[in-house]
Amino acid sequence: MNPATSPARRQLHPPSVGPSPFPYHPGSLLSTGDLSLDGISHILTRATALENMDPLVRDRILAKRRVALLFYESSTRTRTSFELAAKSLGADTALVSSLSSSIEKGESLKDTGLTLRALGAETIILRHNSSGAAWLLEAETRLPVLNAGDGMHEHPTQALLDLRTILAHLRPGVESVTAETLAGVTVSIVGDILHSRVARSNMLLLPRLGARVLLCGPRELLPELAAEAGPSIAIERDFEAALAQSQVVMMLRIQAERLAGMQLDLEEYKAGYQLTGQRLAAHAPSALVLHPGPIIRGLELTARVADGPQSAILEQVKNGVAIRMAVVERALLAAQKQGGRA
Amino acid sequence: MTALVIRGGQLIDPAAGVDAPKDVLLKDGRVAEIAAPGKLKQANGAETLDATGLVLAPGLVDIHVHLREPGQGYKETIASGTAAAAAGGFTSVAAMPNTKPVNDSPEVTRWMQAPERGAAIRVFPIAAATRGSKGEALNDFAALKSAGAVAVTDDGQPILKENIMRETLAAAARVGMSVIQHAEDTRLTQGASMNAGLVAFKLGLRGMPPEAESGMVERDIRLVAELRDPRVHLHVAHTSTAAALAAVRLARRSGLRVTCEVAPHHFLLTEEHVGLYNTNTKMNPPLRSAADRNAMIEAILDGVVDAIATDHAPHAVHEKEVEFENAPNGIIGLETALGLSLRWLHKEWKMPLGRVLSLLSAQPAALLGMKGRGTLTVGSFADLVVFDPKAEWTYRAAETKSKSRNTPFDGWTMLGKVRWTISEGRVAYTSPA
Repeated sequence: MNPATSPARRQLHPPSVGPSPFPYHPGSLLSTGDLSLDGISHILTRATALENMDPLVRDRILAKRRVALLFYESSTRTRTSFELAAKSLGADTALVSSLSSSIEKGESLKDTGLTLRALGAETIILRHNSSGAAWLLEAETRLPVLNAGDGMHEHPTQALLDLRTILAHLRPGVESVTAETLAGVTVSIVGDILHSRVARSNMLLLPRLGARVLLCGPRELLPELAAEAGPSIAIERDFEAALAQSQVVMMLRIQAERLAGMQLDLEEYKAGYQLTGQRLAAHAPSALVLHPGPIIRGLELTARVADGPQSAILEQVKNGVAIRMAVVERALLAAQKQGGRA
Repeated sequence: MTALVIRGGQLIDPAAGVDAPKDVLLKDGRVAEIAAPGKLKQANGAETLDATGLVLAPGLVDIHVHLREPGQGYKETIASGTAAAAAGGFTSVAAMPNTKPVNDSPEVTRWMQAPERGAAIRVFPIAAATRGSKGEALNDFAALKSAGAVAVTDDGQPILKENIMRETLAAAARVGMSVIQHAEDTRLTQGASMNAGLVAFKLGLRGMPPEAESGMVERDIRLVAELRDPRVHLHVAHTSTAAALAAVRLARRSGLRVTCEVAPHHFLLTEEHVGLYNTNTKMNPPLRSAADRNAMIEAILDGVVDAIATDHAPHAVHEKEVEFENAPNGIIGLETALGLSLRWLHKEWKMPLGRVLSLLSAQPAALLGMKGRGTLTVGSFADLVVFDPKAEWTYRAAETKSKSRNTPFDGWTMLGKVRWTISEGRVAYTSPA
């Protein structure tokens, strides 16, 4: 209803929403939105510097600092790369996973976090199946918290490593980013957008650098309102039309664990949205193919594409270690500047 | 019983059409005399409260609270919940049956009203409509009514089955009881923890569509229409969507006995207030869009809304300090309803004071047939709130009389400070200094 057309409508001035207290800690990385463009540039620059550094020198940067990895969901890439990243900076790491800890006995996230802090953890890397869990943990522990994926919400280090991969191919040598760095670049994110934290983090991050994001998928997995999530986001239901416009194609896994009873015809899905060698050759012969993993060969993409020359999937994994070194360093150096633990 | 005189105040009794300086004599739990200042005839020797500069109004009536007893005394007890109610100016509360066990029997209904519960004010139990609130077998409404229940509902659990809801409406009408429906088509809200829409999408949370509420309200109204019995009364609890209000408006125009209440959080807050997973903004029905919130305000100002009710829903601190999806629904509200209503409906949106008070007393009392409540005439119950209408104050959740602190209004500015709450002639609450 247009307020101007209704004479009865009053000017209401209802109570406004207060400012967000997050992040409490400058070393936290909860959302890509926590980072300024300078902050993003800093992480990208440090990622390269740390990657190229003599391992014996690098090993002293966070010597004996304590990093806790708290994982409520299974993970191969994220967990291992965070762990390797922290260790290659010299930090000690401790892994707590929900299936082999007191979490099984009913210990809450708050108590688990406070326990890790009492054990000397200076930062906590959290993977959790509930959206928002990283915010809760940060509020309760006031430690720098690194969000390694919260439910269907965000996965900021994945978006940063995707960005590093995209830059390496489309803007080689660029580490200092601006609002125009990716001007003229279209990135298609394809598949199960609704349940994807990778999609959310990327669709909010990439447009800040000038990219256009096309979301592509069936209605059940991509609600119309997703286009309103931020600037420079549009929906293109026709996969081939999306491919034809894209320099980067980011394929997503169907998150069977989050479908919550949703019935999906996989054959129909594949017919519409599977990235095949044929489709790629016909509509995006030079586009970069990304996938956050784990990939399900033969579902969202074919083996030929996954292993093909346009695929940067394993490069993404490698970039994950570099980005996470920079992010862990940022967390602990910010903690140091703050005078240690809260 | 001792007598009590309240002198020097401005009596506002919307049901009686009074807004004038009056002295009031209370005796034996009833209003004994009302007279112009200094003109009371029978006041000799009675204890006197000086209400100069204060408003004297019928004690507030909240027809939707969760007192958690029996069974969940760690969240709230009847004693602590009614103490919070008294502090908020309430003298009557209607308590929902989702206790443990569910209040689906005359025994529990009577237990809740027993003097041993230590209630500071009057508690009116609302009984479960169906056995165990499972939505299958109807309870004995006549027996519940004679035990003191004022209405029936499966609050928290909507009565989904059409035939059961129809039978409930018909059976309640036969014994002169209202049916209160928590309107939610739970088939559309599985796993959801906030309003469906862009905010939920961005937060990665599953959403409850507005149609889950309005669809159920529309169905219930159709059932009321089909029953063609003027005694049938459907009351829609905690209305939160523009579409549900539109349905109520329409039903009323066609002469059906359909009423509705709105909670302060639904006329003040929106889904944006969820912020970054503030569990004190998680309730059911959820905070909705700005358009829905504005529709609540408009409907209150236009007179479509029959009552302001808090849906006071205490939960222990540890229950809310969890992942948003895992947190229980609900917030406390008894101590903030008057202050928020005066601050926003009266001061900000210019609703006359008498109309605001009516929504908080006369109308809800009439709605559930609480005779002698919600008005201050000679012979009515000596239920009063005496408050300073000009005083601004800051609500501090840490100072609540409730056992729980789950409120999104901590630190908010309130208008109108309760000085005394008097329940059936006894002072149930006195403000500190």
